[in-house]
Amino acid sequence: MIDMCLAIPCTIEKVDGLDAVATVAGVKRAVRLDLVENVRPGDVVLVHSGFAIQKLSQEDAAEVINTIVELGEKSGW
Amino acid sequence: MVASEFGDPKLVADLAAKIASLGVANAQLMEVCGTHTVSLAKYGIKALLPEGVRIVSGPGCPVCVTSDSDLSQAFQVAKTEGVTLATFGDMMRVPVDGISLLKLKARGCDVRTVYSPFDVFALPSDKEVVLFGVGFETTSPGVAAVLREAQRRKVTNLSIISCFKLIPPALRALLEGSDVRIDGLILPGHVSTIIGSSAYDFLVKEFNVPCVIAGFEPIDLMLSVYSLLKMIKRKKPMLVNTYTRSVRAEGNPDAVRIVREYFEPVDSEWRGLGTIPKSGLALRDEHSGLDARLRFDLRPTTVPEPAGCMCPEVLRGVALPTDCPLFSKECTPENPVGPCMVSSEGACAAYHNYG
Amino acid sequence: MSHELFEQVFSSRYGNKYLDTASDKAVLKMGRNRIAFTSDAFVMSPRQVPGCSLGALSVFGTVNDLLTCGAKPLYLSSSFVIEEGFLFDELNQIASDMASAAKKCRVEIVTGDTKVVERGKADGVYIVTSGIGAVIQGVDVSGSNARVRDRVIVTGSVGNHGVAVMIARGEFGLSADVRSDCGSLSDLVLPLLRKFGSKVHALRDPTRGGLATVLNEISIESGVAIEIDEKSIPIEPGVKAACDLLGMDPLYMACEGTMVLIVDRGIENLVLRELRKRGARRAMTIGAVAGSPKDRVTMTTSIGGKRYLSMLRGMSLPRIC
Repeated sequence: MIDMCLAIPCTIEKVDGLDAVATVAGVKRAVRLDLVENVRPGDVVLVHSGFAIQKLSQEDAAEVINTIVELGEKSGW
Repeated sequence: MVASEFGDPKLVADLAAKIASLGVANAQLMEVCGTHTVSLAKYGIKALLPEGVRIVSGPGCPVCVTSDSDLSQAFQVAKTEGVTLATFGDMMRVPVDGISLLKLKARGCDVRTVYSPFDVFALPSDKEVVLFGVGFETTSPGVAAVLREAQRRKVTNLSIISCFKLIPPALRALLEGSDVRIDGLILPGHVSTIIGSSAYDFLVKEFNVPCVIAGFEPIDLMLSVYSLLKMIKRKKPMLVNTYTRSVRAEGNPDAVRIVREYFEPVDSEWRGLGTIPKSGLALRDEHSGLDARLRFDLRPTTVPEPAGCMCPEVLRGVALPTDCPLFSKECTPENPVGPCMVSSEGACAAYHNYG
Repeated sequence: MSHELFEQVFSSRYGNKYLDTASDKAVLKMGRNRIAFTSDAFVMSPRQVPGCSLGALSVFGTVNDLLTCGAKPLYLSSSFVIEEGFLFDELNQIASDMASAAKKCRVEIVTGDTKVVERGKADGVYIVTSGIGAVIQGVDVSGSNARVRDRVIVTGSVGNHGVAVMIARGEFGLSADVRSDCGSLSDLVLPLLRKFGSKVHALRDPTRGGLATVLNEISIESGVAIEIDEKSIPIEPGVKAACDLLGMDPLYMACEGTMVLIVDRGIENLVLRELRKRGARRAMTIGAVAGSPKDRVTMTTSIGGKRYLSMLRGMSLPRIC
């Protein structure tokens, strides 16, 4: 029923110590911040099994898309 | 978040065309992540790839590779008076000799599914709570955090059966064995988020196999196939990280640190692969008070595989689900024989449900 | 009720031509008329979720079942199994919800019964209904009537009810603004049946098991294939997000106010226009009936890939309806 590696990008709405509320498309869930530091409201994090496991980088996301759009040749690709 | 662009059909079609134009006639790529198994199947990626390019599943489904011996230990705990066994969803239905946690629950044992390991704190505290800890490197940090929190709250009724496993040693075992053909590896995006891309350097250095760390959106998957085929064609194996928005070279050091604080690598038995050195996690001696195996005196047992079940071969990637004589006949999602059909991330379930 | 349970225990004992076709509804010939007769039990927990209450559901669910037989819903019976100590206020609320729902659907609750059982022997209250309707002249609606090249239409977005109940249950720690779609489909369906008659081949409300399940049922009952286009299936963003967070699939989540129609391709656009005119703004064609692969539902995915959409057994949320 539940995907074991499933992790969803969510936006942090509020932070209270190690507890936070994350939201995606209007759905909110309580999330623990034990595994990531310096999380602030507005940050986008990957949430897995109720824990934020990484802060996501918008720049890196955009870079991947640009790479494909340019159909460019990056090193090793 | 640019999520919608990662599913843009036009970009996907562009990548499909680029993949076809590489003209690689025959390649077998392996993924080792149950979520990749499901994503590839759900998006119907197979239909977009050239005929000679195959993606097989390896031992990436944590439910599937958990041994019957470990599951039998969970049964034993579930049957113990005064104990609540907490488990992640899919483990409920895996059968061993006709028994499953779901059946034990129906018989009155206190078995509960939890979505997050942190949910154990919401369970009634008048009983012993045991968490059946199944998963890879994505899941173990959260459980370590729960153990730290339990100690902070001075909770004494919590323990865990640690069945966590590590992906890099399993990859080593697969590549050292000679029975499966792997031309390229699609590496798990969320395990990699924790352990970092540098954890995979040995794959190129020692085995010369092209590797790509991939996310789970359609673009991520197509890009990873494209990158692997390009490396195969040029005969230039490298490690490429296409999931840079989440995976750093060093991974998530906080998560790695907390796991090291509570666990240490030990030899571990994987269904289908046998015992792999230092491929599992056990609680460190100083935390043995949290070890359910000690608290409940749980011993390993040997359970034979059900007759005809080819889960071991499917998990190693040497057989496809359709090669198993039981597939879709005696073994179906409603009457599963082996875990590859039970788990929503198992290769057999994916083949049965998605084609 | 689960198909396997029904077949094992009841079908073998009661077996008759009506039961063999569909277990929870039957179309009976009485003289010159055809009467639709349905039966259902409602055990939804929690009893109140955004957009739906147990009482309202017991009426709307029965009415919608009658509609799937091509019948104008007329009369309902409703019986209650009540746990001792159940709050009078709540019982009054249930009755009141049922009365409003019946009025909206223009049906009458004409008979019923109540039994009280000891505390602990029922979870609050269970409602069991039966419904009677008059099958419309010239209409022959059945899951086995789908024909090659028919169109598959949904009247609205899918998965709302199942997700609303899941969230309301509180087990998953989610909060969201997702409302059940619980409601009567009479005003949408009856005009279509009167206008298009036998060109409407099948009607199903995707309750337990959701859209994917009813499409598979129809393909098996009719011995056809169904091809659908994932992009065209209306799903609300909140429903999708909740499912993403929990690894579930909206296509398997229950609906209680949405209908699937299998219609002759000649009337496709007319049907869509009628539906949208009557307020079903998200009504969409989501696919078509084909010859093969027989008994299977195939889906073109949002990225242009292709895969089966299977009957996912062994995965269900208990007590959603």
